[in-house]
Amino acid sequence: MKTASPFLEPDDGGTRVEVSLDGAPLLLSEGANLAAALLAAGVEVFRHTKVTGAPRAPFCMMGACYDCLVEIDGVVRQACMTEVSPGLRINRPHEAEAHDDPA
Amino acid sequence: MIRRDLVIIGAGPAGMAAAARAAELGLSVSILDEQLRAGGQIYRDVDRAAALRGDILGKDYKHGATLTDGLRRADIDHLPGAVVWAIEEGFRISYSQDGQGAQIAAARVLLATGALERPMPLPGWTLPGVMTAGAGQILLKQSGVLARNAVLVGSGPLLYLIAAQMIRAGTPPAAMIETQGRGDIISAMRHLGGALRGWPYLLKGMKMLAEIRRARVPRFTGAQGIAIEGETRAEAVTLTSAGHSRRIACDTVFLHHGVVPNTQAARSLGVGHEWDHLQNCFVPALDEWGQSDVAGVFIAGDGAGIGGAKAAEYAGGLAALKIAEELGRLDPAACMEQAAPLRAALARERAPRAFLDAAYPPCVEALAPADNTIVCRCEEITAGDIRRYASLGCLGPNQAKAFGRAGMGPCQGRFCGLTVTALLAKANGRTPDETGHFRIRPPLKPVTLGELAAMDSQMQDAAE
Repeated sequence: MKTASPFLEPDDGGTRVEVSLDGAPLLLSEGANLAAALLAAGVEVFRHTKVTGAPRAPFCMMGACYDCLVEIDGVVRQACMTEVSPGLRINRPHEAEAHDDPA
Repeated sequence: MIRRDLVIIGAGPAGMAAAARAAELGLSVSILDEQLRAGGQIYRDVDRAAALRGDILGKDYKHGATLTDGLRRADIDHLPGAVVWAIEEGFRISYSQDGQGAQIAAARVLLATGALERPMPLPGWTLPGVMTAGAGQILLKQSGVLARNAVLVGSGPLLYLIAAQMIRAGTPPAAMIETQGRGDIISAMRHLGGALRGWPYLLKGMKMLAEIRRARVPRFTGAQGIAIEGETRAEAVTLTSAGHSRRIACDTVFLHHGVVPNTQAARSLGVGHEWDHLQNCFVPALDEWGQSDVAGVFIAGDGAGIGGAKAAEYAGGLAALKIAEELGRLDPAACMEQAAPLRAALARERAPRAFLDAAYPPCVEALAPADNTIVCRCEEITAGDIRRYASLGCLGPNQAKAFGRAGMGPCQGRFCGLTVTALLAKANGRTPDETGHFRIRPPLKPVTLGELAAMDSQMQDAAE
């Protein structure tokens, strides 16, 4: 799940807060863009498509493509439109039950 | 329901400039922005990022702070994180903010919804690790997050800007794979006059190219046969350039071959659009104030046709002037007088566009992708599927929905609409205008039942 990230994150001196990803604790910068923070933490796959189960990750970072959908506290949301706050429970639905319709 | 003279959708340069100008003229203004921080994509999160990374991002980026400053007036109601999902004539705007649905009424609407990256369907473009160049810039601007080992693919000034910024940040791209060829720069020369009038842009471009050269970033121009390889993530880009086949290993791929107007909101209101042959995309039909063919609906900025951030700022000001005049807050003579300097500035900004559009045309392989390349990312429909629909008699994108689900996923055609139109037009020997575009209906963005329920209880409270 977590590998050496292809992305470098600066140390802006911000507060690190604990969130959970698929039940495992993860420290991210408070107030950071969630999609950016997850990428920097080495998260490569955010979801799997409904049609073929293909892996996807953030593509546009501006709320248009819906490839960064994750489940946050039980609601499917765009990670790139969410800011990191303490205690977020982030889940990536397994591909077999992946549902990418947020509504 | 709150009622305003003007509701602006989008807090990028056009929206912010329009809000400030309209408020100065005494209009009541709300500006709804789906982002949590003002700035749009070009000045994304500028209030936080300029201090942290201003040196890497440059002077043009820091200019955005003058616009966010302009929003801090008591008479401008800035609603961050407000996702608009319906605009009904009259006007009634429905949006969600912080998990709650809400509505606001307006006498005039200004759509300042900006641009989207031009879809760039190449083999492998859906793999994790492949992003738009704009996404790469957003990562850098907002979060300071840098790709260690990235390849930039496509064409256009933004590709050089992001390369220069990555170099300044200490993570130069592994390579630049550029699709424009020598013929393109030659054909662009007939627009050289305009380019010279926009000489500050040429100078900036030359400086960026010099930075890229000094950093010894390999550049492969006239690239063809581009494909992204990888099983579960991007691992390499393959291409042919100057007669040599190459494979460049990388972790991240940034794609870019221009940006196109984000027309979703305008289309949902029934605003007429026409195909722009120079910019290779649909643009809304507007008068010189940005007023559309739907009474009361104005459009400013890149959503009106690509002109860049400064042009957007001036166009936003022009729209605000006309709206103030229509609402009786500005007499026609004063409106013309205040518009004159904005028009002159706008003309200067637009001068180099034709040269740039000709020198950096879209990537041909991505405009007409190979049969097995996915064009609709959401529903995983390929170019071959769309061509097959055409061979079965499908003439337009809306009819295509009876054949397959292209454009029916959560992105609602934002990243396949232009490609589907182009493929059907080509296959049927018709023009893009004849072929048309997906019909866009509300909700413009997915809305949850919880948000709707919250709106309902709020309205009941108001009624009681």
